[in-house]
Amino acid sequence: MAKAVGTSKGTGGFRSEALLFLGTAAFFAIVLGVYWFSSYEDGGSLLLLFTVCLGLLPGSYLFWWSRRMRPRPEDRPAATLEEGAGTVNSFPDRSVWPLTVGVSMGFVALALAFGPWLAVIGGVVAIISFVGVIAESRRGGVV
Amino acid sequence: MTLLDEAAALHLPVHEEEEELPPGLLKWFTSTDHKSIGKSYLYTSMVFFFMAGLMAMMIRTQLIQPDTGFFDQATYNELFTMHGSLMMYLFAGPFAFGGFANLIIPLQIGAPDMAFPRLNLLSYWLYAAGGVIMISGFFVQGGAAEFGWVAYAPLSSATNSPGAGPDLWIAALILTGFSAIFTGVNLVTTIFYLRAPGMTMFRMPIFTWNMLVTAILILIAFPVLTSALVMLYCDRHFGAHFFTVSGGGVPILWQHLFWYFGHPEVYILALPYFGIVTEILPVFSRKPVFGYKGLVFATLAIAGLSTSVWAHHMFTTGVVLLPFFSGMSYLIAVPTGIKFFAWIGSMWKGQITLETPMMFAIGFLFVFLLGGLSGVLLASPPIDFFVHDTYYVVAHFHEVLIGTAVLGGFAGYYYWYPKFTGRMLRSRLGQIHCVLLIIGFILQTMPQYVLGLYGMARRIATYTPADHWTTLNVLSSAGAYLIGVSFLFFLVNQWISWRRPIPAGDNPWDGHALEWATSSPPPHHNFHFLPPIRSERPTWDMNHGEPARVDVAGPTGVTVR
Repeated sequence: MAKAVGTSKGTGGFRSEALLFLGTAAFFAIVLGVYWFSSYEDGGSLLLLFTVCLGLLPGSYLFWWSRRMRPRPEDRPAATLEEGAGTVNSFPDRSVWPLTVGVSMGFVALALAFGPWLAVIGGVVAIISFVGVIAESRRGGVV
Repeated sequence: MTLLDEAAALHLPVHEEEEELPPGLLKWFTSTDHKSIGKSYLYTSMVFFFMAGLMAMMIRTQLIQPDTGFFDQATYNELFTMHGSLMMYLFAGPFAFGGFANLIIPLQIGAPDMAFPRLNLLSYWLYAAGGVIMISGFFVQGGAAEFGWVAYAPLSSATNSPGAGPDLWIAALILTGFSAIFTGVNLVTTIFYLRAPGMTMFRMPIFTWNMLVTAILILIAFPVLTSALVMLYCDRHFGAHFFTVSGGGVPILWQHLFWYFGHPEVYILALPYFGIVTEILPVFSRKPVFGYKGLVFATLAIAGLSTSVWAHHMFTTGVVLLPFFSGMSYLIAVPTGIKFFAWIGSMWKGQITLETPMMFAIGFLFVFLLGGLSGVLLASPPIDFFVHDTYYVVAHFHEVLIGTAVLGGFAGYYYWYPKFTGRMLRSRLGQIHCVLLIIGFILQTMPQYVLGLYGMARRIATYTPADHWTTLNVLSSAGAYLIGVSFLFFLVNQWISWRRPIPAGDNPWDGHALEWATSSPPPHHNFHFLPPIRSERPTWDMNHGEPARVDVAGPTGVTVR
């Protein structure tokens, strides 16, 4: 297990973010308990259960990290802008593939109303587009 | 020409095109810049808003007299279904979490772009495709969907709603649902990972906080809708029996699934606009926001409770737990009250200037309060049993939604328009727009409360003179037309701003948050420099030089009080 470096318990990065999602899970766990034991209605209870899971999944991941990482500059109130200097990420400037994926998915959706042949057209364009997205070099915009 | 001279005298920076983009439409179609996508969202959703508004006026024309016969029953059903669907799914949501969130959130947290620019563009195109498909329902045999924006089973089954129109409606909502989910993922990731140094979670502007909570609500709610729609489609075409009694299904399950999406959806439509108003009120009162943490926790509480009250739409079904849902619904009034307290506190003893955004924001306070109070009444089952499915409910949710999405939304539009275009909108025309809109809206809605109490059911196309509803309906329709007139002033204002621009400068309102620290419109990747972030309002600190008090505290470094 990696030990937290230079931080005491619970002062790492992502603390508020983790607690936000874990709090979501905790709140809906309480609501689920109250709702289930007062109504025994399965549909709504199941939805609440999945909502608890939605809070737990990212929440526990972020919490795991928050115990093991230094606070990032954006987690520390006194951080200076210089601490954030350097490359943030690579941001593509433009891409034609989101347009083609969107339109082809539109055709696939139209197949719900007008028959499967539209899904074939949409599917072919979609596969080409997915290949395009994956193969696309990230043009420009390293910030 | 004088305007150009003014621009030169103000030393406005000439916007340098640092990116190599193809000209014209292709730029709008392929640019993954969050500002470009945000503007696309904003204007596309506004087009849907005007379409749905015209449908609303057609509905009000039908109801202005008993049995006018402008439209037959089926067309009328299509009109109110598409009015609701366009407003709820294609305008009010995407206007906020697509338009304003995309435009403003990276600027407010000091980020160069959204975390996933291409996913962001895909969200837009899925939304645009969904919108076109939904509108296209009017042009197929049998017409558009006719089952209301809620598509209750068994009315939405293949027997009761045959034809391609309902299928197109389902297809459109699946697409826009995915679009919203992607946007939600993008917003959460951006806010978690791309904040500027010093921008801690509890220094983020309230708008960003509210959008974060909205994004989590999207992640909770929209998958439920999408899966319910897939189930509905299977029922219609593949012989499944999720919602049909004949095969052992449960029609009420649709209502549970729909409202588990639908009630959070109402707050997905409200919370962003709460955030916008919370940005505007302090700026035009020349005060910091009052009760920052209270507002954040009130937002969280509203979001949590809003997902626990879905069945308060189903009181009259007789199979839901009335005390639980009624009590939880009442509880929402508490955090909402805290918000109102903080909003009034933000204005209290401030130097209030009634610029257009501020007028819209104050209008929001009044209209939303009226809608919220009638909502508290509806949370009471005995009252709800009496007025369920009447115009009382229609008036309630129109007050809530127009208060938030229209008054709050256009408050934000007038507020941030200088930022994303570099131009001002004329304030006199904006003020006329605001006043006419609020008068028209009150005139339209207040008679509907009374009509509901007199027993006028919603979704009816005709009534008889013997009902004595005519006078109130005339008033209501007149109000609707006045709203239409008010938006002519908005369009004229746009036109003038386009033809005769007044340069806005970086910070026309003396704003608080980071978006006002960069140029208008912001450069590619947003910031050439950032002010130090030492409080919730870094731009104000930079411009007014209030030094933050710094105390040394412990080995982790320095804390700022």
